[in-house]
Amino acid sequence: MDFVMAFVVGGLICLIGQILMDTTKLFPAHILVLFVTLGAVLSGLGLYQPLVDIGKAGATIPITGFGHNLVTGVIQDVDQYGLLGVFTGALRSAAGGITAAIVFGFLMALLFNPKSK
Amino acid sequence: MPIITKEQQEYKNFAKSKRPKPPLLKNMIMAFIVGGIICTIGQFVLSFFISRGLTPGQAGGPTSIVMIFIGAFLTGIGVYDKIGKYAGAGSVVPITGFANSIVSPAMEFKREGFVFGVASKMFIVAGPVLVYGITSATLIGLIYYLLKLL
Amino acid sequence: MKKLGSQTVKFENPPSIIGTATIVGPKEGQGRFKDYYDLILKDSIYQEKSWEKAETKILKEAVEMAIKNSKIPTSKVEYFIAGDLLNQIISAGFAARELGLPFLGIYGACSTIAQGAILGSMIIDGGFAENLVAAVSSHFCTAERQFRFPLELGNQRKPTSQWTVTGAGAMVLSSNIQNPRITHATVGKVIDMGEADPNDMGTAMAPAAVDTIIRHFQDTGKTPDDYDLILTGDLGSIGKDIAEDLLKQKGYDISSKYSDCGVLIFYPEQDVHAGASGCACAAVVTCGYVYKEMLKGKYNKVLLVATGALLSTTSSQQGETIPCIAHAISIENL
Repeated sequence: MDFVMAFVVGGLICLIGQILMDTTKLFPAHILVLFVTLGAVLSGLGLYQPLVDIGKAGATIPITGFGHNLVTGVIQDVDQYGLLGVFTGALRSAAGGITAAIVFGFLMALLFNPKSK
Repeated sequence: MPIITKEQQEYKNFAKSKRPKPPLLKNMIMAFIVGGIICTIGQFVLSFFISRGLTPGQAGGPTSIVMIFIGAFLTGIGVYDKIGKYAGAGSVVPITGFANSIVSPAMEFKREGFVFGVASKMFIVAGPVLVYGITSATLIGLIYYLLKLL
Repeated sequence: MKKLGSQTVKFENPPSIIGTATIVGPKEGQGRFKDYYDLILKDSIYQEKSWEKAETKILKEAVEMAIKNSKIPTSKVEYFIAGDLLNQIISAGFAARELGLPFLGIYGACSTIAQGAILGSMIIDGGFAENLVAAVSSHFCTAERQFRFPLELGNQRKPTSQWTVTGAGAMVLSSNIQNPRITHATVGKVIDMGEADPNDMGTAMAPAAVDTIIRHFQDTGKTPDDYDLILTGDLGSIGKDIAEDLLKQKGYDISSKYSDCGVLIFYPEQDVHAGASGCACAAVVTCGYVYKEMLKGKYNKVLLVATGALLSTTSSQQGETIPCIAHAISIENL
């Protein structure tokens, strides 16, 4: 059941992205920025966690889930450390993802070259 | 922004009638299916980590790392852009697309050197995502902190 | 007076095109004009270390081939007029470094081949040289990374987008009398109809092509019937459609003899959306197909209207609309 819900929720989030891409002049980069911010805002309003409860990876794998992850971290750290947590929470909770992206990105760039089209 | 004259406005309307629309329905279906598949793979990875004894909260981190690796590797071997051609947002929106947006410029600008090429161009798309993601999360954290003080 | 009307030149001693050469990438080599190119690359990196170096190399080799085909010794070639799409026209400048010919670098975006032919013809008809070469190049991979995205970024191309031609075209112009010859040239004005979408160049450029075509007919007193073939540079399928309609509205029906290099280069099933573009687009069709068919006599009077979009990534990001240009040359067997 988790797999079906992950497929449906993840698919729907991507579908919204596609509609935005095809009906506006937004580039993929705009969509990513918009979605990460949207995920953060929804998370702050307490609306994203229910989606994660339903969709599991379907809600956490899209970039909106990254925004949610950042906010979850901030809120945890604020609870624990107060004002300092405002500044440490986001990156602490996203540390794994960001480090993986940088290191794997660098590694792949060392190993591979773009293919001619 | 430049001022649009009446003549230019007329041309805009005329050109609009000539311009083909993207095949929205087909693109939507492809985005839904591919996006869904990527998230289902993510769910497999997540379930794997949970079965190894992590809580769902703890398993999210390693799942992202694995998915980012998959996205980065598929970009390296030149497959991700082919998926993207058909999937559109279906492969842009998942975290694998974020990895693609980091690896593709890093590879592309290798010939401009490892400092001004690879390392600085790596963030042409990912940089804005981090800037807006972190800034908005921090603002939300600040609001949360202030509300707690009340 | 060699000047006709406000924007057209009629050459007193029409310069001859005495040799041409075209080099294209593998994708272009599977397209409609595959039998007309002098060299089809197996790989668009062409044994070089970067796409930019590859583009320089194909430009340089196309020029050398054209000179060879013209049967004129290189020492008799007095100017090398060239341009390309890259910042500071590095392909042309670097090719000139290798060629060692007196160099005039020009930029007219995708219209550059017509700009080069016009300036070259003026130099020859003006008596400032007897032989010179005009050439351009473009490369899909160099253009993508400069104007758009990294090659491996998984984005979807819009249906209005066009595919930059990988290739180079060169023509040797001479005061020697032989066919075909450049008889008229109409220098276009920059037209901006307020289009701003860099993924839809055809729509932006069509009004410039229309303006130049009408100006050409008015200045010369010619009609569409005076030509066997009217060819625009790289409007693509959407721009071509628009140009045809606009011309019809203004009373010029050219549909029976009109085509567009950007529409022709690739077959529709090659998945290039609205068609081809790039400096090499108009150049390889003109120096390849058109030139060779004119030698055989299939066409005797051709009007080439090469089109260019004079934008940059900076102007686009600042929200500027796209200024466009079109230059026309009449190539005729006299």
